[in-house]
Amino acid sequence: MRGARGRPPTRRRRDVKRNLTAYGFLCGALICFAFFSWYPMVWEVVLSFQRTNFVDPPVWVGLENFVTVFEDAAFGPAWKNTALFTLLALVCGYGIPFVVAIVLNELRHARAYLRFVVYLPVMLPPAVGVLLFQWFYDPEAGLFNQILGFLHLPPLDWLNSSDTALISLVVVSTWMNLGSGTLIYLAALQTVPSELYEAAELDGAGLLKRIRHVTIPQTRLILLVMLLLQIVATMQVFIEPYLLTGGGPENSTVSVVYLMYQYAFNFGNVNGGNALGVMLMLVLMVFSALYLRLSRDDTKEEAPR
Amino acid sequence: MTELTTAPGRPPGAPADPGRRPRKQGRASRPRRPIPTEFRTAVSPHQLNSRRGRTVYWTVLVTVVTGFTAVFVFPLYWMVTGAMKSTEDLLRIPPSLLPPRFTLEAYLEAWELLDLGLLLGNTALYAGGAWLFTLAIDVTAAYALSKLRPVLGRLVLGLMLATLMIPPMVIMLPAYLTVKDLPILGWDLLNTPWAIWLPAAANGFNIFLLKRFFDSIPGELLEAAEIDGASPGRILWSIVMPVSRPILGVVSILTVVNVWRDFVWPLLVLPDNEKMSVSIGIASLSAQMPQNVLIASLVIASIPTIVVFFVFQRQIMAGLTAGGLKG
Repeated sequence: MRGARGRPPTRRRRDVKRNLTAYGFLCGALICFAFFSWYPMVWEVVLSFQRTNFVDPPVWVGLENFVTVFEDAAFGPAWKNTALFTLLALVCGYGIPFVVAIVLNELRHARAYLRFVVYLPVMLPPAVGVLLFQWFYDPEAGLFNQILGFLHLPPLDWLNSSDTALISLVVVSTWMNLGSGTLIYLAALQTVPSELYEAAELDGAGLLKRIRHVTIPQTRLILLVMLLLQIVATMQVFIEPYLLTGGGPENSTVSVVYLMYQYAFNFGNVNGGNALGVMLMLVLMVFSALYLRLSRDDTKEEAPR
Repeated sequence: MTELTTAPGRPPGAPADPGRRPRKQGRASRPRRPIPTEFRTAVSPHQLNSRRGRTVYWTVLVTVVTGFTAVFVFPLYWMVTGAMKSTEDLLRIPPSLLPPRFTLEAYLEAWELLDLGLLLGNTALYAGGAWLFTLAIDVTAAYALSKLRPVLGRLVLGLMLATLMIPPMVIMLPAYLTVKDLPILGWDLLNTPWAIWLPAAANGFNIFLLKRFFDSIPGELLEAAEIDGASPGRILWSIVMPVSRPILGVVSILTVVNVWRDFVWPLLVLPDNEKMSVSIGIASLSAQMPQNVLIASLVIASIPTIVVFFVFQRQIMAGLTAGGLKG
């Protein structure tokens, strides 16, 4: 027990009691975290090195699962598509919200309306958003081809062609998630002190220069944090390929998480799925660690003020 | 990008660039309805109220409002009216902006065909239970970590926050297997609400938000109550909870909305048709339904979250920026 020496026993007893109460309060959370967070994390790594069928005792097989997964014809495409999806989603979902937020920040009217509207798709259940776009992408009854037809442009195959399928998924994902980025940037922009803009103006900086030398440096941290968060979020893409394309056509939209799901539920190879999961976890943890490092630097910087 | 957005009118991807605003020093603004400039942003108030500044401002405003409406509202309008069109209407080119007649038939059919009453009821049960469990479990835990500060409390907190580093999708398989056969106890929680409720409570972000708020409650307040002989449970209930209403609101809304919108986890742990949440139910039957019935079911499924958003906009935005800025 901490600090027991030379203290009156009542104090010590109170300490014990306080600790017991505290752990009484904590036990619910400890049980939930243990079962549904900590244990699965460890078990994932264990399973990836085993062969299990949940009847016989598991056998340790070293890297066999990783080799199996690696030799899968869909392995390369899955990583390539995930990377490409993340990259495209960043181009659309990272740059556009920042520009939109800068413009919104300048507007003095309809602010509440615009903020509400941009966040509407985020509030829809993702399955609804995705199925809605499935209809929009329909070659005949879909809104997009009807618009193209109206403009006398040739119709596109959208989800049915390996050239356009992935970008179609990016569009859905961007539409559904643009709002949160925009509002987070908008909140950050409102913390930029106005004196800085005034000072920059007195120094003769034009609007673009003010954005480059005041807005961006002042929101640098949030921009970096959002970059990492978005990479981590989009690399877990699953629901779009699951509902819209089933990984096709010709594996052009298979993602790592989707392949992981297929291993476990379609190919009956849980261990292969876990091997994929471990690989993805390692990749994503690099970004998560960077993010944690950044948010810690942030609190340190702010503390003395 | 513009060809991919849903806007039939103005391309919304690039709303007119404020950078093109002329830098010419205008004369002092005319007295007639100046654009408000209480808070200063990148554009100087002086420029904004010059004659050209005003023209550019109003152009940008109209463009942005039209663009946003086209991109974010029009698809929803198309969805609501699409459910009122027959299959032939849906295939017509050019499509009609207004449905030929106002009818709720498809909605009724969707309600019956998909048993949406059951699905919505299930989802409400999952969301409501998750809300209760999250509050009960995370609030007590955060209070213990913040105010009672037990031995190894920092380690426990660290382990809970560490779960934020592991993206949920990555551990979905072992988590699913755990729920299917709970270690030590051997219970199978599949197709039971527990499979949603308990994992929802294991949320590091809630612990983080709550603990940070509790840390800011002055210790003197609690010490006074302690001297008066109040137990820790009593202090939590009568002092800490009432002053923490804002953060409790944020955590509640985040929990309910997250459970309501979740797709992958209920897909794995609630495969039984009778137990499905509304998203899964619609998705699993989507291929077998007439287009307009499917669309109607999408509308019905999105009504609850949209209503919640209308009512609790402030809490939702607060939760969003708390996560983004300080997460």
